[in-house]
Amino acid sequence: MCLGIPGQVVEVTDAEKRIALVDVGGIKRPINLACVVESPEAMSEAPGMWVLVHVGFAMSRINEEEAHKTLELLQELGELQEEMRNAAAQVA
Amino acid sequence: MQYVNEFRDPEKAQVLIREIQGLTEELGATSESPIRIMEVCGGHTHTIFKFGLEQLLPDSIELIHGPGCPVCVLPMGRVDDCVALAEREEVILTTFGDAMRVPGSRKSLLQAKADGADVRMVYSPADALKLAQQNPEREVVFFGLGFETTMPSTALTVLQAASEGLSNFSLLCNHITIPQTLQALLDTPDLRIDAFIGPGHVSMVIGTEAYGFIAAQYGKPLVVSGFEPLDVLQSVWMILRQMQSGRCEVENQYRRVVPDSGNPAAQNAVAQVFELREFCEWRGLGSIAQSGVQLRKEYAAFDAEHKFRVAPQQVADPKECQCGEVLQGRIKPPQCRVFGTACTPQTPLGALMVSSEGACAAYYNYGIGRHPEPQAA
Repeated sequence: MCLGIPGQVVEVTDAEKRIALVDVGGIKRPINLACVVESPEAMSEAPGMWVLVHVGFAMSRINEEEAHKTLELLQELGELQEEMRNAAAQVA
Repeated sequence: MQYVNEFRDPEKAQVLIREIQGLTEELGATSESPIRIMEVCGGHTHTIFKFGLEQLLPDSIELIHGPGCPVCVLPMGRVDDCVALAEREEVILTTFGDAMRVPGSRKSLLQAKADGADVRMVYSPADALKLAQQNPEREVVFFGLGFETTMPSTALTVLQAASEGLSNFSLLCNHITIPQTLQALLDTPDLRIDAFIGPGHVSMVIGTEAYGFIAAQYGKPLVVSGFEPLDVLQSVWMILRQMQSGRCEVENQYRRVVPDSGNPAAQNAVAQVFELREFCEWRGLGSIAQSGVQLRKEYAAFDAEHKFRVAPQQVADPKECQCGEVLQGRIKPPQCRVFGTACTPQTPLGALMVSSEGACAAYYNYGIGRHPEPQAA
């Protein structure tokens, strides 16, 4: 029930009420964006935006830069382990 | 970037597992004296079982599955309130699918529906509002439950009903709060938990500062975590790194979704509509001060408790259940005296067997502890 699912805004259906169609895992649903888009005027910028959807409401705009940072950190950690293993193998 | 598969990469998971193994050895943890980490949220419990993370982690890490499943902690008395409302001729009772099967002292909402009550499952509170608009001659009651994650959607729906002047829509409110509940848990005598994996989706609403007291006053590290396997593993790693360097902090692993200050628009909607309840009843944990919210007086017209004069009932948990002990990490689900016998996902007795996010249901569904392990000769 507490599931939050990433979805991408497809098109605005009611700017005044801040409702847009969002593609959530391949299913398009009308989603309320009032908590992530400041005003009806700003709705024009919504298409393409990734949001975290929970029970029909978007509760967070997903930050792509932070997502990359997390993955890069794990990538670097993996490379570091690799180097350590190689270094250990050479010593042996 | 689709924000799902990227965070399920098995190679990166192996990297994290190796780091975790190294750190637990460095910290001197063993299977006899493990580091005990509670994942607060049922969503994390689900991820841990679905991806078999417990089997990947070393024995020197023990995961304790926490109280963070709002369906699991729904008390029987509240289900009885819902059933009583649903049985009224004029009422259409709406709620999320998960709440339908929770046993009350007489019956669940699903059984009430089978017996002829008008109970309807909705995906969103907005769907309940739509039903009220479409059925002006009926009273539509939305049974709203969930943690801070779900509160803003309910609050916005009540605000929408108020702005449209709808007179046939009301809310039976069972929204509950995480920080107060964690505090009550931390005050339990001889609680054996070393650190917490914090709930990511609650935090995207309330932010990370709300947990400061857990690190500062109780000396337990907490890492707010996402829900993919890499998220959970990285959070375990971050907790161990804190322990290794002698730090005790609230950290945020789920930065792509959780800003440290949470979502101000959602917080405003909640503050406008809700106020803290003096006490809130939890299945398995009893009554916890200020652990839930109710509608403010200004919105009494939309409060089903007020509108239908619902007198809150207290019904004791079934005696044979040991949910409270599981929630506090004292026993594992299969050690409960009714696990898998009198209490199964088909006929749940206890809270933790009800929802797929509950610890007992997860153990049962993934076949852990269902059959006695062969005894060594």
